[in-house]
Amino acid sequence: MSENVASGIAAPRPGLPGLVDDWSSDKQTYHVPWGKAMMWIFLVSDTFIFSCFLIGYMTVRMSTAEPWPLPSEVFALSFFGSEPIPLILIAIMTFILITSSGTMALAVNYGYRKDKRMAAILMLVTAAFGASFVGMQVFEWSKLIAEGVRPWGNPWGAPQFGSVFFMVTGFHGLHVTAGVIYLCIVARKVIRGDYDKKGYEIVEITGLYWHFVDLVWVFIFAFFYLW
Amino acid sequence: MSADSTAGGQQHPLGIYLKIWILLFVLSAFSYMVDYLEFQGYLRWTLILIFMFLKAGFIVAIFMHVMWERMALILTILGPPMVLLFFIGFMAIEGDYTFFARVDFFGADPNAVPNPVVHEAAH
Repeated sequence: MSENVASGIAAPRPGLPGLVDDWSSDKQTYHVPWGKAMMWIFLVSDTFIFSCFLIGYMTVRMSTAEPWPLPSEVFALSFFGSEPIPLILIAIMTFILITSSGTMALAVNYGYRKDKRMAAILMLVTAAFGASFVGMQVFEWSKLIAEGVRPWGNPWGAPQFGSVFFMVTGFHGLHVTAGVIYLCIVARKVIRGDYDKKGYEIVEITGLYWHFVDLVWVFIFAFFYLW
Repeated sequence: MSADSTAGGQQHPLGIYLKIWILLFVLSAFSYMVDYLEFQGYLRWTLILIFMFLKAGFIVAIFMHVMWERMALILTILGPPMVLLFFIGFMAIEGDYTFFARVDFFGADPNAVPNPVVHEAAH
């Protein structure tokens, strides 16, 4: 459908003239598969949800007069009796999520090369990294709960710390969990050959969701754990 | 715009993904070092934001292929979230006001420090 973007123009023009062409052609505006357009619309709306959480976090953190617990100390962990290393588990979780983003990008690439075996394997590897991320989050949650962190209070300072922590990381963890399930389902359908005729856009669409989960973690890591 | 992006699918050489992947690792290591080396104040906040925006930018532009999409889709994705800047501004003013009301009228101590964190030795 890209050959008739605008009347009289054979190839779609790039950049801003292309924007005018796409919107004024009285035809389909977005020249992508509908599944991809819908995934982007979902992700834009999800952006607003996570933004509301993070802006709410900013507001309570700025407005509370009680001291905010130091994440660097709260999330420190000691290995084999060593001195506690600040934020080490969160750093490992960050690296795991970035690694999974890389394997997902490769899966998309192999999907378009119609190498469905490699695409499915890389998607399952991505899902495995995602599952280990959720596992570490469970460990982190249970550790903090054991230390007395609750949505209404904690032993160190501003009670809002707990509510923000459980809400933001919980909602992100829910997204990761959903992503793992989504990846497993699509990987199974890829290996079964469901997309041999349709094409492998689905791998890219799944990838968009997965990269978005990684993207949200970048912001949570910066604002909640490092700030 | 690459020729294949008009077909709806995004196909690019593997090399660029590997390069961005390594770059994201390095940037993450840098942001972790901000905490590990205990940078404080404006230096800390500036570095956190720089590394965050670089990481977010590379993920969106390369991994999510936005830099190869047509302008109509790019603006649909990146345009609406721009209103969040106003939202952040409004809520920052509001948070600031609440904080000073609590300090000025309710006697809250603005210089209080959090209790020290003591972790269980064996876990």
